[in-house]
Amino acid sequence: MKMLRVRAVARKEFIHIIRDPRSLGMAIAMPMLMLVLFGYALTLDVDRVPLVVWDQSGSHVSREFISRFSGSRYFSVRSYVSRYQELEGAIDTGRALVALVVPRDFAGRVESGRTAQVQLIVDGSDSNTATIAMGYAQAIARTYSQEVVLRQIQRAGGRTLVMPLDLRPRVWFNTELESKNYIVPGLIAVIMMVIAALLTSLTVAREWERGTMEQLISTPIEGKELILGKLIPYFCIGMLDVLIAVLMGQFLFHIPLRGSVPLLFLMSAIFLAGTLSLGMFISIVSKSQLLATQLAMVLTFLPSFLLSGFMYAIVNMPKPLQLITHVIPARYFVALLKGIYLKGVGLEILGFDAGLLAVFSVVMATLANRKFKKKLE
Amino acid sequence: MNARSNGKAVVVENLEKRFGGFVAVDRISFEVSTGEIFGFLGPNGAGKSTTIRMLCGILEPSSGKGTVAGFDIQTEPERIKSQIGYMSQRFSLYEDLTVEENIDFFSGIYRIPPEKKQERKKWVIEMAGLQEHRNSRTAILSGGWKQRLALGCAILHEPPIIFLDEPTSGVDPISRRQFWNLIYELSGKGVTVFVTTHYMDEAEYCDRLGLIYRGELIASGPPAVLKTELMQEDVLEVLCERPQDAMGEIERAPGIKEVALFGKGLHVVAEDGDAAVSAIRNILDDRGYRTDRIEKIVPSLEDVFVSLIEAHDRLEQPQEEVRR
Repeated sequence: MKMLRVRAVARKEFIHIIRDPRSLGMAIAMPMLMLVLFGYALTLDVDRVPLVVWDQSGSHVSREFISRFSGSRYFSVRSYVSRYQELEGAIDTGRALVALVVPRDFAGRVESGRTAQVQLIVDGSDSNTATIAMGYAQAIARTYSQEVVLRQIQRAGGRTLVMPLDLRPRVWFNTELESKNYIVPGLIAVIMMVIAALLTSLTVAREWERGTMEQLISTPIEGKELILGKLIPYFCIGMLDVLIAVLMGQFLFHIPLRGSVPLLFLMSAIFLAGTLSLGMFISIVSKSQLLATQLAMVLTFLPSFLLSGFMYAIVNMPKPLQLITHVIPARYFVALLKGIYLKGVGLEILGFDAGLLAVFSVVMATLANRKFKKKLE
Repeated sequence: MNARSNGKAVVVENLEKRFGGFVAVDRISFEVSTGEIFGFLGPNGAGKSTTIRMLCGILEPSSGKGTVAGFDIQTEPERIKSQIGYMSQRFSLYEDLTVEENIDFFSGIYRIPPEKKQERKKWVIEMAGLQEHRNSRTAILSGGWKQRLALGCAILHEPPIIFLDEPTSGVDPISRRQFWNLIYELSGKGVTVFVTTHYMDEAEYCDRLGLIYRGELIASGPPAVLKTELMQEDVLEVLCERPQDAMGEIERAPGIKEVALFGKGLHVVAEDGDAAVSAIRNILDDRGYRTDRIEKIVPSLEDVFVSLIEAHDRLEQPQEEVRR
C-alpha cells in the first residue's frame, strides 16, 4: 500500500465531489432533509385525539363525566352533536377519530347505583391510534367508576375508604414516553446507511462508464489503494453528516444525549466504514451507475428501515424475521445509538453490538477489495 | 526493461481471445523490437484493441503466450503495468478536473518523486501546448489537446514501452501531424511505440507493421517490404480521358482483377503487369479513349492491404462452406 497513490485518489475524488453540486447536495442536504421530514412526521405519540360528543343526557352528571375527557391531554373535544348523522359525518370526514355517546338515562342510572352504558365509537382504520385511544378512554371510565363507587360506599358507611392497591409507574430513559426520543437516534442509523451506500455506489461504476477505469487499471495502482483513496473523502462527508445529525438531535429535536459523545462518534465511524464499503462493493459488482444506485437503495433503505428495530421492536416480529434482522448491520448501530443516547450506557453493555458492527465493516471492506479486479471482461 | 526481454519489447505466440463463440483474436504471433514504432493496422473490429488490452495486462487471454518488457502477460501483469504507458481509445482524462489536476493525479498514481514532479508536469504542459490552459477543465479542451494531454499523462513516468490505441481517431489533420512528431521524438529517445490505426497514411510512418483482419495477423513487416514483396499481382496506374467510362472497358480485358478510381486516374490490379499494359492500351485505343500514361507503379499500402484481404477471403470462403 503506497500512501502517495492513496492520497492522489482521495484528492481527485474530493475534487469530483466539490465540482458536482448534485453529489454534494445528496451528501449534505439530503440527510438533513430526511432527518427533518422523518423526525417530525414519524411520530407515534397519540395525544389530543379529536373527539366528538353526543350528550343525550344533558345533565350535570354527564357533563362532569365528559369533562374527564376534555380535561385530559389525550382527548380534545372538537364538537358536540345532537344527531347520529352528525356524529357519523364527523368520523367519516376525519374531523374526529373517536365519538362518545352518553345515553339519556345516564344520570339517573349513575345516581341510583345501577350500571350506565356509555358508547365509544372508534375509527379503526388506523388501528394503532384506535387501540391507544380506546385504552385512554377505558382508563378514564374506570377511574370515574371507581370514584362513583367510592363516593357511594363512603356515603353509606360514613368513613373514608382506602384503595387496596396503588400502582406507581416510573418510566426510565424516556420519561415523557415521547416517540421522537427513540425515533431520532434510530433515524440517524437509517439515514447514514442509505446515504453512505448511495454515495459510494456511484464512484467505481462511474469510472467504468466513462472509460477512465480502463486507464486506471493499466497503471501500477493496487486495488486496495484505489478503494481506500475513494473511501476517504466519503468517510469525511459521512462523519460530517453524523455531526450534523447529532447537532440537529440536540438543538432541533432536543433528544437527551446521556452517554459518551466520543463513543457515539467512534461507533458511527465503524458503521460508516462498513456501509461505505458496502456501497463500494455494489459499485464494483454492478459497473453501471443506474443499477448501482437502485441496488444500493433496495439493499439499504428497506431492511434498515423495517428490520433494524429503529421503529418496530424486533421482539414483536415473527421468529423468521427476527433471525433475518441479525444480518442487518443497522440493527446493531440502532441498538448502540439508543443505548448511548437514551440509556447512557457504554461498551460494558454495548460491547457485543459494537463487536458485530466491527465484523460487518471488516467483512464489507474485504469483500470490496476481493471483488475489485484490474481486468476488463 | 527486464533482462529477460532480450532486445524484444513485445513477444507474442499464438495469442488468442474468445468472447463466447466469437474469436476476437485468432492465435496471432509477432515480435516488436525495443525502440521501434510498431503499427497495428486493420479495419474496425479486427481485434486491434483486444490485442493491445491483453498486452497491457488488463484483459485475460483465452490461450497463448506473450511477454511485454520481458514479463509474462498472464502471470506478471502488474509488473508490466509499471513498464508501460497506455492510452485507450477514449481519452481517459477526468473531464471535471483541470489540466494540472489531471497531471497531478497521474503523477501520484505513478509515484513520480517530488523533485521530478514539477519538471515532468512542465514537460507535459509544454508538449501539449497547454501553457494557457493549465487551469481549465479538460472538458472544454479540443480533441487534439485532450489527446496530447492524455498521452502526457500516460507517459509521465517515462515508461520504456507505450501502447496507443487509435490515438488519432477524431482529431484534425494538423493535430495528427503534431502527434506523430511527438511519437518520433519519443522513439528517438529509445521508447518502443506500439500504435494501432486504421489510417493508411499513418501506417507509412511506422518502422514495422502488422496487418490484422478478422482477428488474424495476415502480414507483417516494414511498410516498404509489404508494398514490394507481399503483393502477388502488379498495380498499374492509368491516366486517360473519361476514366469512369474507361473503367468498364478495362475490367473486361483478360488478366485484370480489379479497377478502381484513384485520384485523377485509375489503379488497375493485374496478374501480369507487362501483359496488361499492352492489353489496356489496345482496348482504350480501339474504343477511342486518349491515354496519357499506362505504367506499373509501386502499390500503396491500401492496395496491398485490400489485395491481402481479398486473398484471405477467397481462401476462407470455401472453408466456411465446408464447415456449413
